[in-house]
Amino acid sequence: MADPVSTIVSAPVSAAVSALGNPSFEGFASIREIGPLGMITLRVKPDVPGLAEALQALGLTLPEMRRIVVGGDRAAGWMGPDEYLLVVPYAEVSAAVARLSDSLKGQHHLVADVSDARAVFRISGAKADQVLRKLCPADLDRLEPGELRRTRAAQVAAAFWHQDDGFTLVCFRSVAGYVMGLLQNAAQPGSELW
Amino acid sequence: MLTLECPYCGVMADETELTPGYEAHLKRFGPGSTDEEFEAYMFARKNPKGVHFERWRHAYGCGKWFLAARDTATLEVFGTYPAQSSAPPQALQDKIKAKRPDWKGYK
Amino acid sequence: MSTRLSKGGRLIDRSAAVEFTFNGKRLRGFKGDTLAASLLANDQMLVGRSFKYHRARGIVASGAEEPNALMNMGAGARLEPNQRATTTETFDGLSAQSQNHWPSLDFDVGVINNAFSRFLPGGFYYKTFIHPRFAWKHVFEPFIRKSAGLGKAPTEMDADRYEQAYAFCDVLVAGGGIAGLQAALAAASGGARVMVLEQAPHWGGRAPVDGDVIEGIPAEAWVKNTVETLEKMPNVTMRSRCMVAGVYDHSYVLAEDRVADHTPGDGRPKKRLWRIRATRIVAATGALERPLSFAGNDIPGVMLASAVRDYVVNWAVSPGDRTVVVTNNDDAYRTAIALKEAGLAVPCIVDARAQADGALPTKARAMGIRIETGKAIAKVKGGKRVTGVALCMQAGEGAALEEISCDVVAMSGGWSPVVHLWSHCGGKLIWDAAAAMFRPDAARPPISHDGLAMVYPAGAANGALHADAALQDAAKAGAAAAGADPIAAAQAEPRDEAPLEPIWVMPQGAGVKLRAKMWLDYQNDVKVSDVQLAAREGYESVEHTKRYTTLGMATDQGKLSNINGLAVLANALNAEIPNVGTTTFRPPYTPVTLGALAGEARGEIFQPLRRTPMHAWHEAHGAYFEPVGLWRRPYCYTRGGENHAQSVEREILNTRGNVGMLDASTLGKLIVKGPDAGRFLDMLYTNVMSNLGIGKCRYGLMCNENGFLSDDGVVVRLAEDTWLCHTTTGGAERIHAHMEDWLQCEWWDWQVYTANVTEEYAQIAVAGPKSRALLEKLGGMDVSAETLPFMTFAEGTLAGLPVRVYRISFSGELSYEIAVPASHGLALWDKLVAAGADLGVQPYGTEAMHVMRAEKGFIMIGDETDGTVVPQDLNLGWAISKKKADYLGKRGQERSYLSSPDRWKLAGFETLDGSVIPDGAYILAQGVNANGQGNTQGRVTSTYYSPTLKKGIAMGLIKGGMDRLGEVVEFTKIGGAPVKARIVDPVFYDKEGARNNG
Repeated sequence: MADPVSTIVSAPVSAAVSALGNPSFEGFASIREIGPLGMITLRVKPDVPGLAEALQALGLTLPEMRRIVVGGDRAAGWMGPDEYLLVVPYAEVSAAVARLSDSLKGQHHLVADVSDARAVFRISGAKADQVLRKLCPADLDRLEPGELRRTRAAQVAAAFWHQDDGFTLVCFRSVAGYVMGLLQNAAQPGSELW
Repeated sequence: MLTLECPYCGVMADETELTPGYEAHLKRFGPGSTDEEFEAYMFARKNPKGVHFERWRHAYGCGKWFLAARDTATLEVFGTYPAQSSAPPQALQDKIKAKRPDWKGYK
Repeated sequence: MSTRLSKGGRLIDRSAAVEFTFNGKRLRGFKGDTLAASLLANDQMLVGRSFKYHRARGIVASGAEEPNALMNMGAGARLEPNQRATTTETFDGLSAQSQNHWPSLDFDVGVINNAFSRFLPGGFYYKTFIHPRFAWKHVFEPFIRKSAGLGKAPTEMDADRYEQAYAFCDVLVAGGGIAGLQAALAAASGGARVMVLEQAPHWGGRAPVDGDVIEGIPAEAWVKNTVETLEKMPNVTMRSRCMVAGVYDHSYVLAEDRVADHTPGDGRPKKRLWRIRATRIVAATGALERPLSFAGNDIPGVMLASAVRDYVVNWAVSPGDRTVVVTNNDDAYRTAIALKEAGLAVPCIVDARAQADGALPTKARAMGIRIETGKAIAKVKGGKRVTGVALCMQAGEGAALEEISCDVVAMSGGWSPVVHLWSHCGGKLIWDAAAAMFRPDAARPPISHDGLAMVYPAGAANGALHADAALQDAAKAGAAAAGADPIAAAQAEPRDEAPLEPIWVMPQGAGVKLRAKMWLDYQNDVKVSDVQLAAREGYESVEHTKRYTTLGMATDQGKLSNINGLAVLANALNAEIPNVGTTTFRPPYTPVTLGALAGEARGEIFQPLRRTPMHAWHEAHGAYFEPVGLWRRPYCYTRGGENHAQSVEREILNTRGNVGMLDASTLGKLIVKGPDAGRFLDMLYTNVMSNLGIGKCRYGLMCNENGFLSDDGVVVRLAEDTWLCHTTTGGAERIHAHMEDWLQCEWWDWQVYTANVTEEYAQIAVAGPKSRALLEKLGGMDVSAETLPFMTFAEGTLAGLPVRVYRISFSGELSYEIAVPASHGLALWDKLVAAGADLGVQPYGTEAMHVMRAEKGFIMIGDETDGTVVPQDLNLGWAISKKKADYLGKRGQERSYLSSPDRWKLAGFETLDGSVIPDGAYILAQGVNANGQGNTQGRVTSTYYSPTLKKGIAMGLIKGGMDRLGEVVEFTKIGGAPVKARIVDPVFYDKEGARNNG
């Protein structure tokens, strides 16, 4: 009980469902709800001793400011000066939380499993950027390689980064339906910006 | 529709990514303070026409509060800096003084 | 009559005829036409009625400045009012109706106002409708509503799609005329990211019509080449049909893109609103020609000289057979020449100047056109169409010298730079007396975030009216805006034009009868005499005069009427024009469709709707939802023929008698962790949280610095350095932000991290005497009273799912709240429903929750609190630490008036007759206040019918509070006698709390 690790209820893989059940939509870009992904919020200062090693042990690389380091099904993103978003396979999240808590023991930090608090979308295709240009006040032309951009998608908070032939976008679970609606609307055939 | 550079993440943020937090550099007065001190802390606001220091939060971005020095009349932004500052950085104060010689200081 | 010419028309495709209807009449035009061009080609000069006098109105202009040709476009779900015929493209199937006439365009009863026009002078709204008072509502308003007004508002849901898009650029060029294109070239040559937006469907602006020669080739060819060059540049984005509507703070620009305005129903969005953050803006918005003020200048057939030229050259439309040109400048001679070259008659050019000997007048003379200098138009003849003009001396009072028959009068009073974009954010203007125009004052530009100019005017918009000067100016502006090295501007052949002579009233000595027929504002029926009257009545400020006379209001916004109106006002006030100044230019430049402003926010995605993991179950099981913030929560679940009240009653009785389930997932859940977390929470909550035992729960109150109650909830201690704070449904984001605010901005040296995990968990309240039995049926953990006493929690599994179970109660019943990862929320809910079937489990909604908590006297944030209530008002002193030196709100609560015995404090109320006190009722006191209103001594905060107690119960705030236990007071009741109620203990049910233990 006193162990901080147990303060987070960790979910077994079986029966876990994403917010929307993975619908997809084909417009001028493809929209697909993916997940659930294992996601961890890590609050810690970057200069905490052993942080890079702790992430490395999970197959993750400590990102620079506003960057996300993606490797296979894992990623570590910079969310703020003392906040990181860690992505691991859903099945591994409880173990990752435990391991992280253990390796950062004695250092001021907070680890929280937020896998079920999020919905994740993949927007793909040559014009995937145009979907985001309609929803986010972010300069897509100036998005740097490996940049993680936290911003707004219409009326809700979102974060996205470039991945494969498109973008991965994360939002809160409760508004997954709204965001799917936004993405679908923005990707309507015939509404290409150019 | 303002645009302010978040000093924490370097994003030139659209006002719609931010939430306002009103006047900066207020000193908190808690129990033991006089009615006058408490009133000044809670209610007396400068509302100047000209140089003004204010709090903003990059709420839809990195989540951090920061401070901004702005001219309320021309909307020129002199600079932004972290919320963990008891006073505006000296370089910023010098810059403002150079641009607005009549400015009386941030206090 | 007006008609289509057999040759020419640079913008039309004669091989592509289109059919459209105007007021139901089937007409034909060509692809490339504007609706105005098509109408004129069909001899439809009359297009509407004026606002006040219902005078006949014809097409005046050829672009955005058109005041009269406003149409209801389309029908039904595609009806769009107030569309300018001059900027609307004609397409196959277009249908347009003229506006502001009744019963028909040709015969309009409102024209009777015209006969009474001397009773409807400037400011008539203010003068006429003040007395008698009743008349406004019953006589004037209904009449005005019937006879005035512009288009009809659509009544059906818009069938079209709209959207918005964000864009960023270094330099935004507004306007795709030669100046805009030249500025874009200059800006883009250094690699800057450039966007060029042009409101018309074609590029090049006026230069091709005016016959300029650039770099030795006709302007049209130069424009084509330049557009091609720009389109090939990877750093340049070009968009036509895209109107820059406004410039806002820090170089934010809104532009309306008419994506499929001319191809309705093709699946594309009808319009798109671009939200552009530019670093610098080049305003290459050109200039607008000014009308001249002469009697009868509003009769259909009186047009701007440049528009007449546009119709002939661009669309091969002759506005009339015989055109009299009236001018104070050389430029209008181009119109006469163009008409003559098209084979049309120009009986006379009336030039108010004493001399006209420049290149253009000389050429016109050589073509055999009669030129009368020093002359003016005394009066235009005609009703629904010009039939002729009477000439007089400009220097005289209007005695007619001769009459000339004609069907068009082409007028030119000179040109005004379009300074709107320069001015939207505060760019200042200077009066250029030589050119008689206001133009941007480069020394006082609008300022961007970096303190530098954000708008660079270019070309005609900067007062450089001639092609050669405009190109030079634009090349400089473009380079400066981009911070790029200057490039050589394209060379245009210089124009040899004599200066204009400012003419504000024609003739100069016109008497009152003539001045009362000189229109300044065609749309709003403001005449020279109205502005002069306003000046006589003491309206010295141009802003006041505008509102008093309605000059330049509505869609005009200072386009056509502005300078002439200012000049007349200045003259009447014996002031200089620059001293009178201009009215404020406000966005949008031309109206933006509401649909574009709403963008995607309609229907299902009008606003975010937050759903819990069990939302779909609720929907499938009869839930009636209520909005709580952006969440939708089940208010109750209806069964059979129940009404909502019956459902709520059943849910309460079942929960109190058996077991109920509530979806409590929306409650805020915030983790607070770190070495200083306990200290931090002690500052945040009014009571002590640092000494809460691990595994324990404690109810806590949060106040703002003012001392007022802001949120409440159960705090649990998860570990030595970790707490979990529950907030109200509406409080999750707000309280999380509040925590971060204090941690980041005040106590930044404290080691505390927070995380908002509200959505990570679904939470289910299981309440009622059989709740323990239900959890035991699921199995997996010990939930007995011994292992899991009241106000503690345990972690484990239920039915194989990972859970954290809190023994807390908001209903007064034996109760558990179960948190489960959101992805298992529905599974746990389903298992509870299935396992609880034989225990009689039923879901209950928020209303049952509200009633049950009221039966127990528990307060609710937002009911008992309204931002002016301190915890002490609610008898919550027990939850306020006396030991702590400080907490947020403590100093505020120490203010003397917050401990005054006069404050309204919480008590319970029971009506004497068992009825329910109306929501919002006040408690009556003796006497009346200074306004003669009855005094009050309190108000109801929560009032319900209690199914448990079978009577009305209420909580409220009353002066004296619980000190007055047993007293009977009266509550107001709208439409009935006051309701008598006794002051009682607000804990109505199970005062000893025995039911908490099952």
